[in-house]
Formats: sequence, structure tokens, C-alpha cells
Amino acid sequence: MYVKLSHGGGAKETRELIEKIFLKHLKNELLTNEDATILSLEGKVAVTTDSFTVSPIFFKGGDIGKLSVAGVVNDLSVMGAKPLYMSMGFIIEEGLSFEELEKIVISIKEEASKTGIKLITADTKVVPKGFCDKIYINATGIGKLLKEGISSTNLKEGDILIVSGPIGNHGATILSIRNDFDIDISSDCASLWEVIEPLLKEDIEIHAMRDLTRGGLASVLNEFAKSSNVEILINEEDIPIEQSVRGFCEILGIEPYSLACEGTFIMAIPKSDAEKAFNILKSHKLTEKAKVVGEVIKKGKEGAYVKTLYGSVRYLEEAPGELLPRIC
Amino acid sequence: MKTNLNSKEVILKAKDTIIKKVEKLGKPIKVMEFCGGHTHAIMRYGIDKLLKGYIEFIHGPGCPVCVASMDRIDLAIELAKIPNTIFTTYGDLLRVPGSHRKSLLDMRALGCDVRSVYSCLEAFDTALQNPNKNVVFFAIGFETTTPPTAVLLKKAKEHKLKNLFVVSNHVMTPPAVRYILNSGISHIDGIIGPGHVSVITGTKIYEEFDVSIVISGFEAFDILKAINMLLDQHIKGERKVENAYTRAVTEEGNKEAQKLIEETLDTRDSFSWRGIGSLPKSALKINDDYEIFDAEKVFDVKLPASKEHPLCICPKVITGVSKPTDCKLFGNLCTPENPIGSCMVSSEGACAAYYKYQEVELCM
Amino acid sequence: MCLAIPSKIVEILDNNIAIVDTMGVRRKASLELLNPKPKVGDYVLLHVGFAIEVLSEEDALESLKLFEEALDYENEFEL
Repeated sequence: MYVKLSHGGGAKETRELIEKIFLKHLKNELLTNEDATILSLEGKVAVTTDSFTVSPIFFKGGDIGKLSVAGVVNDLSVMGAKPLYMSMGFIIEEGLSFEELEKIVISIKEEASKTGIKLITADTKVVPKGFCDKIYINATGIGKLLKEGISSTNLKEGDILIVSGPIGNHGATILSIRNDFDIDISSDCASLWEVIEPLLKEDIEIHAMRDLTRGGLASVLNEFAKSSNVEILINEEDIPIEQSVRGFCEILGIEPYSLACEGTFIMAIPKSDAEKAFNILKSHKLTEKAKVVGEVIKKGKEGAYVKTLYGSVRYLEEAPGELLPRIC
Repeated sequence: MKTNLNSKEVILKAKDTIIKKVEKLGKPIKVMEFCGGHTHAIMRYGIDKLLKGYIEFIHGPGCPVCVASMDRIDLAIELAKIPNTIFTTYGDLLRVPGSHRKSLLDMRALGCDVRSVYSCLEAFDTALQNPNKNVVFFAIGFETTTPPTAVLLKKAKEHKLKNLFVVSNHVMTPPAVRYILNSGISHIDGIIGPGHVSVITGTKIYEEFDVSIVISGFEAFDILKAINMLLDQHIKGERKVENAYTRAVTEEGNKEAQKLIEETLDTRDSFSWRGIGSLPKSALKINDDYEIFDAEKVFDVKLPASKEHPLCICPKVITGVSKPTDCKLFGNLCTPENPIGSCMVSSEGACAAYYKYQEVELCM
Repeated sequence: MCLAIPSKIVEILDNNIAIVDTMGVRRKASLELLNPKPKVGDYVLLHVGFAIEVLSEEDALESLKLFEEALDYENEFEL
């Protein structure tokens, strides 16, 4: 069985697809047949939206379903919000097998159960062959703000920067599949709430926090520097990178700092809170390899720099557009 | 293989040794690294900064993307536009803008089937899988990248492929070195010779030159070792070819690869290099035995008159006369995201390497 | 791409194709440019998916050792 255009027609077949695959796994008291879901929310909430178009849709360490949930959960978490609800829109290319679709839906269910985030409204559309790549998912998340003031504009001079784990695993995994390489790592795709919740509750003075997604470490640090008007210096030798990710980057001539992560974050905190933070980070499997990679050296001028292994300092440049291999 | 070639102690010790020697000499020496891979490594490891004031690096014309002339890019774009064509080439050539500021990436966005390949054999597979389409492989590169193209041509002939076509833009190192040395445009005390080019050609191709040349590998330690050897030659007043990359390079080179080139490609009378202009006997074309695969012969492409940006100084950068930072466009109008000149396109290009690894003055 | 790191041949397939390992990344590489052909366990230098030379691990290490010795020597004698 596979998805046909008629499954998107709105009639009987659409209902069948929804019943047999989506509701079968994702049903809850808030996901109803009405045109909109009614919620009552108290206090400040955080809202985020993201679209997921990853190719291939299945990869070592996850799939597009898991990625969508983790993506939304992480965006809420790093803003200091407890993930509560999400909406999802599915754009499906005709011909996607029911089996694959169901696998994705089960991943969504499993990943959502880790944080308790609930799918409260959803939509499916089917497009003709070639109009999208198997399946695209748009997801919007709503979370209850537990801690205010975490912002990329809030970095302070003297802050240390902690990266929660090895960088680039997701990007290297995905690009390896596309290049027909066999790499001995998996995507880091994961929901970070289980680690971030205790960080928020322990009252660590988190000035800024971001999950490292597209553009990787280089993008986030440049954005931090710009938004807070600070100079940031990281040390090449302190940045956690798995050996095979390093090898992958050497092969294609690209920088690990530009590779995407999907379950790794960076935060800026005062040095005095480092011990408290590491007690938590080290006690979670997801972040046991967390490391201090650098610090905010000065306020008043923007810049993100990296100190090379041999002591010279250069700009931490963001990758231009597509990551294309060097030839010579 | 677990190696510690780049350990901090080794590198810093090598740096000190070099600095001591230059201090004794009393003036900095000028070294040209020919190969784009070396330019990239020097910038990435910060070797230029470690040796600032002692060794002045002049970036040579050894980045194949950077020396591809505007009319070759225009040719690529015109070929990609032919209906029913799958156009393939290596990585970052896709970013180079042609005469009308359009790159192959732009052509892809506009509907052409343009694909980046890691190995040219992917073009072969693509041709097998798409018998109803014409597959063009736009081959660029120096001597290292040429033998793979030769293999591709042989395989195409062996399988009697009717839908695979190749454009050879392969260029050769010695004519460019000869040009740099003879034109007197920049004074050079020594040349860091290309590593992988020399793996194929052997060190013998440099014997004609009256200049110090030391062939180097691509690790930080390789490059420092080569600089150290160049310095020793300089101190002794010698000008000879030495090999600091003996683990890969021999005098004779890779004979199998040389044979494959011989069998499939011929020397062109002349070829246009970006920034340098026309150089005699400096590039290779597909020979008559393989002409049915030669896209330049098979397709009748009309090229627009090519036009460079008037302020772009890539020509001077490629030949080592100017530094990227001397260019008015550098870093403002011309950036890796929106390159004007070819040196900003490839990450081996001197401008892109400078931009990416710009020196930071920290007040700490 | 001038990949500096040697890659290890882990398997030889048909048609002159080998599986090579570079720091934990495995992929196909053509052996068409090598004569004589390398064997499983050999280290090769790769360029755009082709093995272009066979290297020995000892060579690489030896090369480093010589370099270090040269530096030590020069430091000792204060030039």
C-alpha cells in the first residue's frame, strides 16, 4: 500500500489514511476532528515553527519524524520553555509507502513521549510525484516559559561557552548517505529537554542558549557575537569532534564548524556556575561529552574567532551557501 | 594510521627553527606555494601567522577553479543549457560566476540539471542510468585530476557509451611555473612544489627550473619541513629540486597514470588561464581516438563575449603580484557568498582563504 | 581534493574498486591508477575517488622522525 493522490482529496480515502496511520498512533484527548483545537494557557508561552525537508528521510540515528519532534522540542527548550503542544503539517509525495509513513508516525509518537509534548492539530496534503521529496513536515510548538531572559542578545563579558557534545554528527551522517560514504557514527538527533529542564530548575544563570542546527557552531557563534555585540574566542583543540566526522570533513574539504547538529546545544553562562552546570551535563548520556570550548572575551565589538592548534587566531567563518567539496 | 605529525611541540619547534634561520639571514624570504591545497592548509593552520615577518607567502596559480577562464565557465553554462543534458562537474566550480554573473548553481535554480560529483566515475554511472539523456562531465584540474578523466574516457569507450561527453580543461603545472619565473612579475626566493601533482608527474618535471623547489605534503608539519629545506637552500645559495614528501612522491611519478593520460589526451597549442592569459602548450585536450566523447567537438556551442568585472584583480592575485586585501572589491562586494572573481569562489582560492581565515587583531 | 590523510584498503571488490577507510569513513575508491595493484591493508593516497599512490605507515612515521631529529640537531648547535 502506498499514498495516492486520492488520499489527499479530503473524502473517504483521506479519512482512511488519517484513521489508519495518524490517529492510530497519535490519538489523544486534544486531537479531535474539529477545525481547530481549543486550549487554555496561563502565563507566558513560547511559540516556534520549523519545516523539515531532510533527504534521505531515514538515516542512522533517526528519521524525519523524530527530527521534527526533537527540532521543535529543542527550540522551545533552549528558550527556557517546557514543551507542551505541537501542530504538524504533512506534505506527502504520492507513492510514499504506508509502511514508511507509519514508521515516521511511530517515531513521532516515541519522540514526543520522551518529553510529553502533545500533537494537538495536524494536516495532511498529498502532492503529485516529483512535487516534493517523499515527505515534508512543518511543525509548530508551544511551551510554557519557565525561565525568562535567555537570549542571544544577552551574552556577557567573561561568560564561558559550553558545547553539550560532539559537533557535526547529524550533518556528517546525512551528507555521508548522499555521497555513498559509510560512516561509523549516527545523527545526534535527540530531544534535549531532559537535560535542559534540570539546568533551568537548578537556577543556573544561563545568558544564552541555542541548539546547533543548520550552519552549525559557526553560525550560532557569529549570531551570538552580532546580537550581543561581543567578541567570542573558541579554542580549536577544545571543540569536541568525533574522529570520523573529522575524517569526513577532510575528505570533502569542509569545516566541522559548519556541519549541522540536531541534538547538541551551546550555552553561555558565568564561570561561577560551571561546576553546577557540569554536574547536570555529565549525569546525562546525551551530554556526557560536554566541554567548555571558549569564552566571551570582550564587549563592544562583534566577532567570533577560533584559536588554531598552534596558537594563531582566525575568524570563525560561516560556510557560504551549499557545502560543496573542494577539488584540489 | 595514527600519526602525530602535527603535534603542537613539533610544529612550534619547527617554527622556532625557521625563525632563527631567517633572523640570522637578516631579511624575510618570499615563498610561493603553487598549489591551492597548500594555500588552504597554510591559512587553516595559521602557518602564515606563525611565520609572519619571516616568511612571506605568495599564493600561486594552482587552484584549478581559480584559473578556469571566464570563457570556459561560459562554455560550461551553455552546455548545461542544452535540453536533455545532465551536466556534471567537481564541487565548487558550480559557484563560479560566468560573464553574466550567472553560475552553474544559478543555472540549476533556473531548471538545468546540474550535479556536483565527488568522483568523475559518478558521471559514468549517471550516463549508464540515463540512456536517454546526454551526460556532460566538465573536467577541471591539474595533473592529479587528469588521470581519473583518462580512466573515464577509457571506460566510456570500453562500454561504447553514446551519451557521455567530456570537456577537458586539464591544465599543467610546468607552463604556469615557467610563466611565473620568466615574467619577472614577482620575485620569489623559493617554491613549495605541489604534493599530489608531483605524485603523478614525479619530481623530474621541475628539473628545468632555475629556482629552489621543495615538494611538500599537506600536513602543517610537511609545509614547515618544506620551508625549512627551502631556507637551507637559500642559506647555502643553492637552487635545486628537493622532495620533502618522500612518503608519496618519487622522481618518476605514477607511470600507470602517466600512461593513461598519454593514451587519451593531447597537448593543446595554447589555453587561456584566468588571470594569466593564453599560455602555450599548457593544457590538454581529448585526443582523436576519443573524439566521439569530446563535448567541444560534438556540441556546437556559441559563446557570448566574456567580460570580467573591471575592478577585479584576480589576475594579479593568481600571479602573486597583489594580495587579496589589495582589491577594492575584497570583503565588501566580493565575498564567498557572492563571489565576483574566481579566487573568491574556491576555498583554495587565495581570496576565499584570506576571507575565511582573516587575521584577527585581539586586544586581550 | 588534496586529502592529506592516508586511507586504508579494507576490501577489494570487482572492477578495480576497493573499499577504503579514512578515519572511520568508508567509501569506494578506484584502483585503476595503480600498477601493481595494492592489497587489503595497504595505505593509499586518494584524490577525487581514485587511489593515486600506495604509502607505507613506516614511511610516514620515519619521515616525521627524521624531521624531529633534524630540528633537535639544529637547536642543539644554536645554528
